[in-house]
Amino acid sequence: MKIGLMCLFLVVSAQGLAQHPDRSAPPEPGPPAPLALPPIQHLRLSNGMDVVLMEKHNVPLIHVTLVVRAGSVMDPEDKAGVASMTASLLSGGAGLRDALELSDAIEYLGASLSAAAGNHTSAVSLFTPVARLDSALVLMADVVLRPLFPASELQREKRQRLTTLIQWRDDPRSVASVLFYRQLYGEDHPYGRTSIGDERSIMATTTADLRKFHDSFYRPNNAGLMIVGDITASSLLPMLETLFGGWRSRPIPDCSLPSADQLKERKILLVDRPGSAQTRILLGQIGAARRTDDYYSLTVLNTVLGGSFASRLNSNLREEHGYSYGAGSRFDFRPQPGPFLAAASVQSEVTDSALVEFLNELNAIREPVPEDELARAKNYVALRYPAAFQTVTDIAEQLDDLFVYGLPDDFFNTYGVSIFSVTADDVRRAAHKYIDPEHLLIVLVGDRAVIEDGVKALDMGPVENLTIEDVLGPVPDPGALD
Amino acid sequence: MKHLAVLIVVLTSVVIAQEERLTVPHESFTLENGLRVILHEDHTTPMISVNMLYHVGSAREQSGRTGLAHLFEHIMFEGSAHVPEGKFDQWLEAAGGDNNGGTTADHTRYWQDIPSNALELALFLESDRMGYLLPVLSQEIVDGQRDVVKNERRQSYENQPYGMDHMVISEHLYPANHPYHWPTIGYMDDLTAASYEDIVEFFKAYYGPDNASLCIAGDFDPGEARSLVRKWFGDVPAGAPVAPISVPAATLVGEQRLVLQDDVQLPRLYMVWHSPALFADGDAEMDILASVLSDGRNSRLYRRLIYDMQIAQDVSAFQASSRLGSSFWIVVTARAGHGLEEIERIVQEEIELLGDLPPAQREVDRAVHQYEADFLARMEQIGGFYGKADLMNMYYYNTGDPDYFEEDLARYKGIGPADVRMAVRRYLLDSGRLVLSVVPEGRKDLASGDGREVTAR
Repeated sequence: MKIGLMCLFLVVSAQGLAQHPDRSAPPEPGPPAPLALPPIQHLRLSNGMDVVLMEKHNVPLIHVTLVVRAGSVMDPEDKAGVASMTASLLSGGAGLRDALELSDAIEYLGASLSAAAGNHTSAVSLFTPVARLDSALVLMADVVLRPLFPASELQREKRQRLTTLIQWRDDPRSVASVLFYRQLYGEDHPYGRTSIGDERSIMATTTADLRKFHDSFYRPNNAGLMIVGDITASSLLPMLETLFGGWRSRPIPDCSLPSADQLKERKILLVDRPGSAQTRILLGQIGAARRTDDYYSLTVLNTVLGGSFASRLNSNLREEHGYSYGAGSRFDFRPQPGPFLAAASVQSEVTDSALVEFLNELNAIREPVPEDELARAKNYVALRYPAAFQTVTDIAEQLDDLFVYGLPDDFFNTYGVSIFSVTADDVRRAAHKYIDPEHLLIVLVGDRAVIEDGVKALDMGPVENLTIEDVLGPVPDPGALD
Repeated sequence: MKHLAVLIVVLTSVVIAQEERLTVPHESFTLENGLRVILHEDHTTPMISVNMLYHVGSAREQSGRTGLAHLFEHIMFEGSAHVPEGKFDQWLEAAGGDNNGGTTADHTRYWQDIPSNALELALFLESDRMGYLLPVLSQEIVDGQRDVVKNERRQSYENQPYGMDHMVISEHLYPANHPYHWPTIGYMDDLTAASYEDIVEFFKAYYGPDNASLCIAGDFDPGEARSLVRKWFGDVPAGAPVAPISVPAATLVGEQRLVLQDDVQLPRLYMVWHSPALFADGDAEMDILASVLSDGRNSRLYRRLIYDMQIAQDVSAFQASSRLGSSFWIVVTARAGHGLEEIERIVQEEIELLGDLPPAQREVDRAVHQYEADFLARMEQIGGFYGKADLMNMYYYNTGDPDYFEEDLARYKGIGPADVRMAVRRYLLDSGRLVLSVVPEGRKDLASGDGREVTAR
C-alpha cells in the first residue's frame, strides 16, 4: 500500500503537480458579444435598379449577386424547367464570347460566375478578388444583359438534364423528394414539379422560350444587386452605372399561384427499391409562408423537434435507438406556404419502429416544451447567428433574403431579440397550427419485401405501393435528341 | 464524421497581387504534458473555433479491427466523467455552439464553433473527454455508437450510388498489410467484432495530449486563452509514446483491371495511380494536372468527353493527398448508349498527348489563378471543416508550421507547363495503374477491357 502511494506521488510530481480545476459544473458563459455589422447601404442606378451594399474590408474579396424576381413558378404552361434552363444557358455564350471563351476568361481571372433558378427567384453570382472586380463585372454584365442562347448549347444542356433524370433512379433521396412534393401539391401546382422539368418539357424547350423568359423577367425593375466585400460605394457606383445603367425597364407579367390543400387523410406511399440497405423516410405536410407572423415560433419549434444535433428526432432515432445516422426536420419557407418535412434514412428492418418514433415526436411537440429545453433551443438559434456572417458569400445570401422578402434593415440586429421573445405557449400554438400528425404524407423508399408487412401492421393509414418507374416514368432516352 | 450537417461549399476565386504575402499571425506553445497549442486571433465576428487534432487515424488499425478509429470518434461525443451522456451537445447548443468530428486514414479532428463568450465551456468539454473518458465509458455506449456507425456505413456507402468504389479501389491499390488497404468506415464484420476492450486500448494508445494539437482561432484575448488552456488541460497526464508509422511505399506493377456491378443506371470508369505523398515533391504538380484535365469547360477531358463528343455526364480528376503516399484519380460517368472502353480510349489519348506536349501556359495559369483565389477565400472562415483553425492544425501536423499558407500556395505558383508534362510521364505513363469499371447489374459488356469481377465487402 505504501509503495503504491509512493508511486502515485512520484507520477504526480513528474507531471509538475498540475492543479486540478473544478469540474463539478460546466463553466457558465459570460454575456454574449453583440454582432456588429457594417451598415446596409441602399443605392440606386439611374434606371431605378436597386443596389444593396455591405462593405467588408478584412479580406480583398467581393461577392456580387444579381437577384431576379422570377423562378420556376413562372415557367410557361407545359414548359416546366424554362426558368432553370434560362439560368443555365446564361453562361453558354454572352456578348462577343462563346461558351468556351467565357469560361476561359472567368477562370483566368480566378473568379467564379454561376447562375441558377429557384422557385420564385433566379440569381447570377460572381465571386472574385477585388483586384479583378472590373474585368469580372464586365463578364457578369454580358451574361446578365447579352446572353446568346445558342441552339448548340441548349442541346448540350438538354442531354445533361435527361441524363440527370436517369440518374435520379439511383438515389432513394431524389425518388422520395420528387414524389413528396408532387403528392403534396399536385402536378398542377408549381411547387409540385421539379425545377429542371421532365423528359417531355425538356425535349419541348426551345431557344425562343429562353429568350422570351429572359426578355420578360430579367429587367432592372424586377431585379437587384447584392454586393458584399472590400469596396466602397463611391468606387462601385460608377462601374455599375456604366455596366447596368442602360438596362431598360419593362412591365413584368403577373404570376399567381393556385392554392394548395392539406391531404384529406394520412397516407403512406411505399416505393419499392429491392435490395436497399436502408429505407428513406420523408414525411410532412404543407407548412407556412416565409412572411408568416409565426416565423420565429416555427424556427424555435423546429429547433426543438429536429433542427439541431440534440433535437428530439435525432436524439430519439439516432442516439436512443440507433436506427439511423441522423434524423431531422425543417420548414421549407417560401413566398407561399412551402412544406414542413421530417426525414431520416433508417436500417430497413426497423422501418416500422422508426415510423412509430417519428409519429411519437410529432405528437409530443404539440405538448408544452419544458423551459430548459426551450431556452436551449432559443440560445442555439440566437447565439450562433453571427456565424452566418463570416464570409462575403454568407452575407450576400443574407442580403438576398432581405431583398426578396422585403425584410426591414434592422432584421439582422433584431433577430436574436425576436427569437428570445418566443414563449412555450407560442411554440405550442404553432405546433397545433402546423403539425398535424393525422394528415401527414409519408413517403418510404426501400425494400418492399422487408418493410411492407411491418408498416401495414402499424395501421397508420392506407399504404399505396409504387415502383420507381411509377414515380419517375420510363427511362428517358437522350439519344432521341440526335 | 460524427454527423452530416451541412454541405461543404468549396469556394474558388481570386488573384492576389504578386508581392502580397498570405500570413496568418499566431503564437504556439507546448504544455508540460506535451499538448501543442496554437492561437490565432480574428475578431471579424464574435465567434471562436476550438479545433483538436489527434495524430491517429484508420492507418493505426489492425486487420480484423477496421473502423475502430472512426467508431472511437463517435464515442468521444458520448460523455466523460464530468459530462453526462447527451450533455456534450446539449450544453454546447445551450451556449449557441456547433460541433462535429472527422476521421481519415491519417488523423482525427474535432471542432467546436462557439460564440466568443463560451471559450471556457468548449475547453472544459474538450479537456474532459481527453482526460476523463474512460471512467464512464460503458458497453452500452460502445454498442449504441456501433449501431449508429453501421447506419452511417449503410447511408453513406452501401445505399449510395457508386458508394463502394473507394473501398474496392483501396483494397487493390494497397497490399493487405498496408494501412491504406482498408476503409476508414470499416468492414461490417469488424464493426460487429469491435469490443469494449479494443476501444479502451485505442484510447490509451493514441488519445494522450502529447499525440494531439489544439488550435484556437477567432475572437478571444490571447492571454486569457493561454491561461484557460493551462487550467483545463494542464492536469491531463501525458500518454504513452507513439512511434511513427513506417511502411514501404506501395507500388503497382503493370495494369490491374476490375469490374464491379452496382445498382446504378450508368457505367463509371475509374483510373487510379500511386502518386507523391502529401507535400512531397510532385504533389502540387498532380493538383495542377488535375485542373488541366477536368476543371472548367476548356479542361482537356471535359472539353473532349462532355463538350465536344457529349458521351460523358461528368468527369473529375483529382490528387487524393495523404501522408504515406497519395493516389491520382480520373473518374468518368458515361452517358446512356456509351461503354467505358470508348471512354477509356479518349482519356488515354489525352494523357498521352500531355506526355508528348506540355500544356499551354494559359492552361496552367488558369489553374494557378484559381488556387490563388482559393487560398484567399481560406482567410475568411475560422471554423468548421477547412476553416482556419482546422487548416492551421493540419498544417502543423503535416509540416510543423501552422502558418504554412504562403509556402503551400508557392508550390503551385512555381509550376510550369514542363513540370506538368514531366508529372504525366513519370506518375501516369511510366507507372502501373488500376482500372475499375462500375457497371449496372448484368451489364458487364459496358466495362472497359477484360476485368476481373470483384465484389465489395
